[in-house]
Amino acid sequence: MTTIDASRPIDLASRPDNYLTHTRGFLSWALTLDHKRIGLMYMVAVLVSFFVGGVFALLVRTELLTPGQTIPGVTADVYNQFFTLHGAIMVFLVIIPSIPAALGNFVLPIMLGAKDVAFPKLNLGSFYLWLVGAAFTLVSLAMGGFDTGWTFYTPYSTTTTTGGVIPVLFGVFILGFSSIFTGMNFVVTVHKLRPPGMTWFRMPLFLWAIYATAIIQVLATPVLAITLMLVVVERTINIGIFDPSMGGDPVLFQHFFWFYSHPAVYIMILPAMGIISELISVHAHRHIFGYKFIALSSIAIAIFSFLVWGHHMFTSGQSPLMNTLFSLISFSVAIPSAVKVFNWLTTLYKGNISLTTPMWYALSFLVLFTIGGLTGIHLATLNTDVHLHDTYFVVAHFHYVMMGSALIGMIGGLHHWWPKMTGKMYSEKLGTAACIIIFIGFNVTFFTQFYLGAKGMPRRYYDYLPEYQTYHVISTIGSYIMASGFFLTAYCLLSSLFGGRKAAANPWGGGSLEWQCSSPPPHDNFAVQPSVGDCYDFRSLRWDEATQGYVIDPALAAEAARNPLH
Amino acid sequence: MSTLHTSHASAHDAHGHDAHGHGDHAKYPFLQHHFESPAHQFDSAKLGMWLFLATEVLFFGGLFVAYAVLRSRFPEVFSYASHYLDTLMGGVNTCVLILSSLTMALAVRFAQTNRRKAMVWCLVLTFMGAVGFMVIKYFEYTHKIHEHLVWGKTFYVPPQDAAGAEEAKVISTAPAPAPVALTVANPATPAVAPIAATPPVEASAIKAAAAAPGGLASVRQQAKAEGLPVAANDPAFAHPSMHLADPTMPANTHLFFAIYYCMTGLHGIHVLAGMVMLAWLIWRGARGDFSSDYFTPVDVGGLYWHIVDLVWIFLFPLFYLIH
Repeated sequence: MTTIDASRPIDLASRPDNYLTHTRGFLSWALTLDHKRIGLMYMVAVLVSFFVGGVFALLVRTELLTPGQTIPGVTADVYNQFFTLHGAIMVFLVIIPSIPAALGNFVLPIMLGAKDVAFPKLNLGSFYLWLVGAAFTLVSLAMGGFDTGWTFYTPYSTTTTTGGVIPVLFGVFILGFSSIFTGMNFVVTVHKLRPPGMTWFRMPLFLWAIYATAIIQVLATPVLAITLMLVVVERTINIGIFDPSMGGDPVLFQHFFWFYSHPAVYIMILPAMGIISELISVHAHRHIFGYKFIALSSIAIAIFSFLVWGHHMFTSGQSPLMNTLFSLISFSVAIPSAVKVFNWLTTLYKGNISLTTPMWYALSFLVLFTIGGLTGIHLATLNTDVHLHDTYFVVAHFHYVMMGSALIGMIGGLHHWWPKMTGKMYSEKLGTAACIIIFIGFNVTFFTQFYLGAKGMPRRYYDYLPEYQTYHVISTIGSYIMASGFFLTAYCLLSSLFGGRKAAANPWGGGSLEWQCSSPPPHDNFAVQPSVGDCYDFRSLRWDEATQGYVIDPALAAEAARNPLH
Repeated sequence: MSTLHTSHASAHDAHGHDAHGHGDHAKYPFLQHHFESPAHQFDSAKLGMWLFLATEVLFFGGLFVAYAVLRSRFPEVFSYASHYLDTLMGGVNTCVLILSSLTMALAVRFAQTNRRKAMVWCLVLTFMGAVGFMVIKYFEYTHKIHEHLVWGKTFYVPPQDAAGAEEAKVISTAPAPAPVALTVANPATPAVAPIAATPPVEASAIKAAAAAPGGLASVRQQAKAEGLPVAANDPAFAHPSMHLADPTMPANTHLFFAIYYCMTGLHGIHVLAGMVMLAWLIWRGARGDFSSDYFTPVDVGGLYWHIVDLVWIFLFPLFYLIH
């Protein structure tokens, strides 16, 4: 035992230099320019915020168990702060940065075959801006919180007496610039850092989605920024631009706000769609169907996103002509969305489906997104919207899209790239069980709310008539089921860090470039520039029992080369 | 050993994407590891800056839309209140900014042609242009605030000092605007009470305001016509906020000044940011960082400076030249 351990050098060799161990110490993380580390830091920050936002969601749901006060001490005013915090945290701190900034930062340069994003310092700057924005939200809580709803509608936001409105407006302003800089970085990276051979139509669909998202981030977010600054100015020195008693117009605020915030909905959903394209194709081991259509439908959705903001304002008194136009354009968003869904379904058809955890999330996404998308048509229809406007139907609809689709896509992507990010495999049983619990809990919570809204229960109300109670109780129980599912997910992933099996370079059989580098990837991503081919052609991959992963089989590769797909 | 070495080198070549990959990195210390060549890095930075300029355009775009909405709603306010702005100062500032854009463009050119001294001088001149602009803007703002041409409800409150009290007297003797009685066509609807305090807003107010020689001059003429105490050197009358005594002032005139301060203020903040950027460029330029191989910061900084100027080129006519 005391002799020189002959296995040690071998042990060192089996633990090659990777991005996690490349340098050590707090500063090596705090000042890192490595997109993978920045992505990982974003992921931790976003998941912590998700926990906080989730706690507020559970508080809201618990308070709604009975009419009137349920939780001692939670008055109507406190309740208003709860739902506002839930909305603001989930939108600005969680969903918007979740996929592009966290997963996108990690995956995008590797998928592209680049060593880093175009502006690594700016990338780190974006992360710090995110932290400052989050800090402002905390400051706002210390100064008395805010109860405006995440939409900050005037004139309420300019007159409410809660003390934290101005800090949180600054916070969202700063988060907006974090998002803009991430978007700029990604657009330039995709345009300028594609290696030879990586043509536009060879890019993985996740990159198309992130690219379309980045365009929206760059073009829509500044309008939100200036709008929030106008609200700050209105609140501090009362200039009157949004105040009708001074000749201003509160509906102008709504136009400005939704000119950003509707595209923001696609900032949330487009990257999730990109993840689903990867998940479905890789875990069904079948070439994606209709690649070009999926790619271009992302761009189409990005363009449409700028033309539909008025559908949030059908009851604001805008002209009937505008209502009609916005309604028609909103309907047409269904076309590119359906193009994607049909292509995903066709990819699954006759696929060799592995029911892995990411695949379960992808299937959940298909169901939830379809429900969320189709109920959007009810809301885009002028006459039904007048009935459903500001009811729980709207709440249910956007939770199906923002949570059931965007966040489920994000969690699915997290499971898909978890082995790549951490080098560890999680328990498939636990992961799948958690996904199914979340799916059931989600539907119990929010499908009930469609009924609630159709029966006329308005959103954001603290109190309600007794006949709504059954629905509220069912919905709250669903939220507890969902929360337990998320705790199980957290346990599943965190326990893998300590007891998980070592991940192979390519555990799922993916064809894009990130699966060609080791898990976790080395500091410089690739020791040798990988060759770029069709990332959805899986014919040359073979399962290797020894490494528990897929490897490229030269014989199969030669066979595939003889029979090109196109 | 030699075979190992060769394979290592070929791996490196592949790593650098093309033949001159690593040679460039050794030759150019500023070249970041993920770019192939200085040109590659320059193109990326330039695209990034153009995207940033797009966000700037949309950032100001929100305010331009607010301007358009307010102006289409209250055209009489804009044509009236524009008289209070000093076209000469605005015009001089426009020239200052255009000249600073010229010196900025020259600085880029000198950086590209390795004329370091000329480049630094041009950057200094650009910086001086920015200082000049801000100084003139400072005088404009203090003048406006002195005249009590401010935002919000304070626009209608005379200053709380001796002159203000004097002025309040003048205002109280000025003819009060006639109350508007809304006649209701449908007798079933309850009659709306007359809005006494609000000055009349006629449908034809646009024409009247456009025809009248607005501003302080009109106040004097009006006062003269009404037989009010007025003298060219009357200190009470020389006091600011005489707009309050002007019966021709349309309702909601404060909105003009609200959007004026928002837009020119935001532009001023951008000029200040530009000054910080220029100071940084001057410092780096004097240190000798820039050459025909590496002038990216000067070039993209110049792009930023031009957009700041360009925004002003739109602001100047929209506020100063609309009467």
